[in-house]
Amino acid sequence: MLVMTDSQPLHSLEHASKAFAAIRALDDVSLELRPAEIHALVGENGAGKSTLVKILGGVHLPDSGALSIDGREVVLQGPAAARDAGVAIIYQEPIMFPDLTVAENIFIGRQPLRSGRRIDARAMTERAAAIFERLGVPLDPARLARGLSIAEQQIVEIAKALSLNARVIVMDEPTAALSAVEVERLFRVVETLRASGAAILFISHRLEEIFALCTQVTVLRDGKLVLSRGLDGLTAADLVQAMVGRELPDRVLQEQSIGDAVLSVERLTREGVFVDVSLEVRAGEIVALAGLVGSGRSEVACAIFGIDRYDEGGVTVDGKPLRRASPTAAMAAGIGLVPEDRRQQGLVMEMSIGRNITLASLMRLRRAGFIRAAAERRFARDWAARLQVRYGRLSSPMTSLSGGNQQKVVLAKWLGRRPSLLIVDEPTRGIDVGTKGEVHRLLEELAAEGVAILVISSELPEVLRLADRILVMREGRLVAEFAHADASEESIVAAATGQGEPVAA
Amino acid sequence: MTATADSRAGAAAVDSANARRLVDLVFRIREFGIVAVLALLVLVTAVIEPRFVDLTNIQFILVDATIFALLALGETMVVLTRNVDLSVGSILGLSAFLSADLFGRHHGISIVLVFAVGLAIGVACGLVSGFLTVVGRVPSLVVTLAMLYILRGIDTLVVGGGQVVASSLPNSFIEIPRKTLAGIPVLAIVVAVVIAAGAYYLHSFRSGRELYAIGSNPDAARLAGIPAGRRVFTAFVVSGGIAGIAGVLYAARYGTIDSTAGSGYELQVIAAVVVGGVAIFGGSGSAVGAAFGALLLNTILSALYVLGVSPFWNQAIAGALLLGAIALDRGISLQLAATLRKRRTHLGA
Repeated sequence: MLVMTDSQPLHSLEHASKAFAAIRALDDVSLELRPAEIHALVGENGAGKSTLVKILGGVHLPDSGALSIDGREVVLQGPAAARDAGVAIIYQEPIMFPDLTVAENIFIGRQPLRSGRRIDARAMTERAAAIFERLGVPLDPARLARGLSIAEQQIVEIAKALSLNARVIVMDEPTAALSAVEVERLFRVVETLRASGAAILFISHRLEEIFALCTQVTVLRDGKLVLSRGLDGLTAADLVQAMVGRELPDRVLQEQSIGDAVLSVERLTREGVFVDVSLEVRAGEIVALAGLVGSGRSEVACAIFGIDRYDEGGVTVDGKPLRRASPTAAMAAGIGLVPEDRRQQGLVMEMSIGRNITLASLMRLRRAGFIRAAAERRFARDWAARLQVRYGRLSSPMTSLSGGNQQKVVLAKWLGRRPSLLIVDEPTRGIDVGTKGEVHRLLEELAAEGVAILVISSELPEVLRLADRILVMREGRLVAEFAHADASEESIVAAATGQGEPVAA
Repeated sequence: MTATADSRAGAAAVDSANARRLVDLVFRIREFGIVAVLALLVLVTAVIEPRFVDLTNIQFILVDATIFALLALGETMVVLTRNVDLSVGSILGLSAFLSADLFGRHHGISIVLVFAVGLAIGVACGLVSGFLTVVGRVPSLVVTLAMLYILRGIDTLVVGGGQVVASSLPNSFIEIPRKTLAGIPVLAIVVAVVIAAGAYYLHSFRSGRELYAIGSNPDAARLAGIPAGRRVFTAFVVSGGIAGIAGVLYAARYGTIDSTAGSGYELQVIAAVVVGGVAIFGGSGSAVGAAFGALLLNTILSALYVLGVSPFWNQAIAGALLLGAIALDRGISLQLAATLRKRRTHLGA
């Protein structure tokens, strides 16, 4: 299956397999990365991409198979060995040291030294600044990493890769959490890296990015290699079919009857975060909140749900004013919030699947103050089945589920309360193509049942597919509104970035 | 917290540089803050009771504080890595008795050798705690809590109902905490130098910075190839060793050692570390801050004594001051976050 080209592979993995307990995560997979080439790796969640990345990064040793770099076979004993071999991994959500400076995050463990093996802090800051200049990004190397956006954290990781003179760079879904502008900047940086001769493995669920950036593609399904060849002559549909092994059905448009306003937000302001936001979501309606990451979308959601305080304005649910800064009041009023960060905010990862599903409904599973175990089990089983969560046992830990199924558990938790308004922040981030369709269908069904839905999403195709109305935020303000029929990717991007308008002072 | 759009990137960079300066300033002020509270405390107490600032009393406070400051240095290293060492009080007690007991058993034994024995006892205890935490993967809270009881139990078994009394100790040993240089206890000077060296190590050496990294994000530390296990292990051994040395100093300072020596010290040391600005979940703080924390706590206790406050109130007041210090700290950081948020509006709008 491998297409031969002239250049020698810089990095190659041959017939690698890896099993965890009884699950074969990776089964006889080979991969060749060549200098100055961007190679795409695609597959549904659970297809074995992460395992492959961890083998390349020295986190896991393959059970069988061989890894060679520059034609020499190597055994990577740990992440440090991979780093020394010139392999850099940039994770989807980079793990930083929030208490250290940006420069230290780049150089940790190999800070430049002066006499007596002391750290040369000035040289370190200067070197970091030089790298940022080369990448064309304005980041202050001396600031603490705490508070950096995910896009900025990825830039720090890329700077780290550059400082290591890494020749093999693996990017694990780097664009999943980025806005369009940030993706563009990232692409420029990746292209710079490629031009300087690095071999790049690029993982993404967004096929249009793969066609825009890569020349080679490898597709994994259920831990096995399905396809590895040049991208020329392939279409997105070919890739999707290779990934899921089936054609995806198109959306079935259904007539939706839109009712009265469930949520009205009046001139909501949180100083320094968002200003003067007014919006309305009606029963049976899906409203999307679009905009760049950092434009204040999630913050508005958090303020409505009572996680954050707001300074001015008010929120009304079903005609009744909602107490501010009280998630309990928001829940009592019938609001559910599926947060942006599933693992940190949406789930209790240490608890079982069943317990996570019942978590928001414990009050109604009580008798005389005690939770009835049988009722809890029945409730969890019911909702898991209704959302088609694919799980082994309800008592298994959350970590045993793929990202898509974890998201279904978060949805089940809220649907179990039969909410009248559901706020969904990035409903399909990091979710594979197949499950994504299921989540979209689910949201549409809910709307058809009369639930008001507010969706926040950075993925424009998702926004365009789901929303009856699209609101666009920029720098903390609502700047545009589109009806489903009038919206296009171009018009949303233009509104979100402020192009084609006088620039705000 | 939030990303900035490219169109504002230049402004954002300037903004973040300003913000950083502000943050830096406040962090520096945090250590100044303790010093200011300390100065205020001394001043107020001195006005009410001038005896508080006579040379002998100051010397007493300094010598007592050096023992805590020394313990706080070791504890800081452990706490920075998102661990905790609750066994320092018990190590101190055991080391104090066993080392002082040597003078009674072997007449004319060298003082250096006695310190070496104290150090060895502490290091041995630190090795056990470090091993169980790192290799056994047992949370350090549990490991060192167990060590606290086990070592105290051994101490009680060895000491029995007896005690070492000052008369059995050689004069040259008892004189150690009393030597002064220009009115300042030599011991305080030595400990100050040790703490300064420790702080410099933590700040300016790779392995020192790695302790911060481990506490800031243990997973990231592992992925960055930092030998986290070895570093945490070392921190426990150093903390144990310091507690061992502190035990010998305790013996020299008090002369009378029974099986309760050093009980409850672990919590006072942790209080000092936290008051000194070391984050209890690791990643930030400094050894100098922790040392000032120790000095502040000792000064408070001494002031309460001098002012004639009933000793029954001592702990309650010390606890209240601890809460006050933490509340102040938290207040400052919330205020700071709010300031940064507002500042961004002005630039963005």
